[in-house]
Amino acid sequence: MSTETLTIGKALNLGLRRAMEDDAKVVLMGEDIGKLGGVFRITDGLQKDFGEARVVDTPLAEAGILGTAVGLAMRGYRPVCEIQFDGFVFPAYNQIVTQVAKIHARSKGTMPMPIVIRIPFGGGIGAVEHHSESPEAYFAHTAGLKVVAVSNPVDAYWGIQQAIAHPDPVVFLEPKRRYWEKAEVHLDATPDPLFGSRVVRGGDDVTVLAYGPMVKTALQAAEAAAEEGRSLEVIDLRTVSPLDLDPVVESVRRTGRCIVVHEAPTTLGLGSEIAARITETCFHSLEAPVLRVGGYDTPYPPSKLEEEYLPDLDRVLDAVDRSMGF
Amino acid sequence: MTAKSLTTEMVDPVPGAAAPHLPLDGGIDTVQLLTPEGDRVEHPLYSLDISDEELRGLYRDLVMVRRWDAEATALQRQGELGIWASLLGQEAAQVGAGRALAEGDMAFPTYREHGVAWARGVDPLHVMSLFRGVDNGGWDPVATRFNLYTIVIGAQCLHATGYAMGVQRDGAEQAVLAFLGDGATSQGEVNEAMIWAASFSAPVVFFCQNNQYAISVPLERQTRVPLYQRAAGFGFPGVRVDGNDVLAVLAVTRAALQAAREGQGPTFIEAFTYRMGAHTTSDDPTRYRLADELEEWKLRDPIARLKAYLSRSGAADAQFFDAVEVEADELAARIRQGTVEMPDPAPTEMFDHVYAEQTPHLAAQREEFVAYRASFEGGEH
Repeated sequence: MSTETLTIGKALNLGLRRAMEDDAKVVLMGEDIGKLGGVFRITDGLQKDFGEARVVDTPLAEAGILGTAVGLAMRGYRPVCEIQFDGFVFPAYNQIVTQVAKIHARSKGTMPMPIVIRIPFGGGIGAVEHHSESPEAYFAHTAGLKVVAVSNPVDAYWGIQQAIAHPDPVVFLEPKRRYWEKAEVHLDATPDPLFGSRVVRGGDDVTVLAYGPMVKTALQAAEAAAEEGRSLEVIDLRTVSPLDLDPVVESVRRTGRCIVVHEAPTTLGLGSEIAARITETCFHSLEAPVLRVGGYDTPYPPSKLEEEYLPDLDRVLDAVDRSMGF
Repeated sequence: MTAKSLTTEMVDPVPGAAAPHLPLDGGIDTVQLLTPEGDRVEHPLYSLDISDEELRGLYRDLVMVRRWDAEATALQRQGELGIWASLLGQEAAQVGAGRALAEGDMAFPTYREHGVAWARGVDPLHVMSLFRGVDNGGWDPVATRFNLYTIVIGAQCLHATGYAMGVQRDGAEQAVLAFLGDGATSQGEVNEAMIWAASFSAPVVFFCQNNQYAISVPLERQTRVPLYQRAAGFGFPGVRVDGNDVLAVLAVTRAALQAAREGQGPTFIEAFTYRMGAHTTSDDPTRYRLADELEEWKLRDPIARLKAYLSRSGAADAQFFDAVEVEADELAARIRQGTVEMPDPAPTEMFDHVYAEQTPHLAAQREEFVAYRASFEGGEH
């Protein structure tokens, strides 16, 4: 079995390459993804090997990328669109929400929309405005879309291939500040399903849920809590829509306590939906209310303040204290 | 007219005041092959070799879609449709464009292209199902090569362009026809579509029916230049055609589609026409336009001019015209009966095609909905 140590970025690059080799209908579209290989180099070398018809440097217009992707999908292609940064997805929001998400239903299944929308998301890289956002709730709220958020090289490598092969549109969120995190990837393994959560650290006292870049933060918190004798169970949700809460329910029924962590603003973030569902399904097991640790309900702040804005190890531990205090 | 003199002429001295009204007759650049009086005229660039049988076919199309439209408006007034977007006055633009399509071409309509639907062989009742509220689509867009109606203004222009990029990649000799209105030319996505189409030389033709109004807002709020001249800025040809002249529309659209198939890239066609009715049955055009404008356009009716030509040239006789009327009445009766008798969708249908691969969550929600409804059966609501 071939195994390589890969960063998330390189795992995505290899996954894209493999998807393009497997299916000639896969077309990559985006700004600067060709010669430059993307601003994060995720598509590095692909245009050289697959040509300009399959790795398309598009005009600078996000609605155009998604709108033409719809037409290509209608023609039988599988477009993979790169949105350069999270905050730039909004010009394409109309196409994503009114067309990409709804054409399968409108056409009663005669026009599938196997489109992948890759978005580097989240903060922590010291960037200017619009480069650090977490827009997942907008897409999770929209029927017809599926939304995944990977946290590690293994899921990045397999997840991008699974998303491309999937018949429904998938918003594929990449944790940009973790692009350089490394792990061993078995390139010929049988991957876990795309839409499923996973327990990444077992524990008994509190269940901590995270996805994307916050999985690492949650694991760091669990490490620190263990030194104080507290046992956190950490679950990587992996998929934001549909949510796979079965392992979460099983866990919360054991621990009686649940904390959801994400970078996105707390109000009406994924934590709100998860808190409601956990309350509905685990009411009699809960020892404390489900707590949310998220970004504040402000615009993403200037980068000198982002450490204050973003959930970190201490804010997760603070929530653990509050949960245990009930 | 030079660009300089055009600019000077169009300058608005009063900020916020309306721009001068663009000429009602489309101006000297308009391609016309059949005058409003029904006389055939020649054009240096566009000619049409057409048999009497084809001419009669076009006349039949025009009458049938107008009759369908009238029946639909009546059905809406009687509460059988939620809304109807009338094509009255635009029959020639739509039939001419629709009949210009080759079998393998693909069309991307707005929500008013009933005449194109007719030309593509879409069952009128399938269109009615959308306006009755039975369906959000209604027909098979793949089999008919007529995309589902797109209600968000202009969004389909990008789909058409992307589809045309697929045609290019397939190496197919096909063209794509994107429909839009004058109002849509102000949309960013429409402009992006034209940039894309030009940049990739995609085999797509943009067919703009300039019917002079975007609901209530007149053309001069959307543009300071005739719309077809905008194409020059994108780098491809723009043509203005008399939208009430089915022969000119057919000739111009056919030529543009053929150029696209041959790899010459996009064309923008402005079909200069007039929306004789309301925007939709929810609208009241007496609030924003004058009756004499309507009277002026009545003199340019697309059906009357073709009928005059057919009669005068001997291509059709009274018996033919009577037979078309009978057929149109039969169509109207079929549409009426089919619409009134159209069953409501099953309540669970809203869950059925949200995804190609249903999610466990939505499957569970559907079950809850079924159980909830079942809880009323035999009991009090």
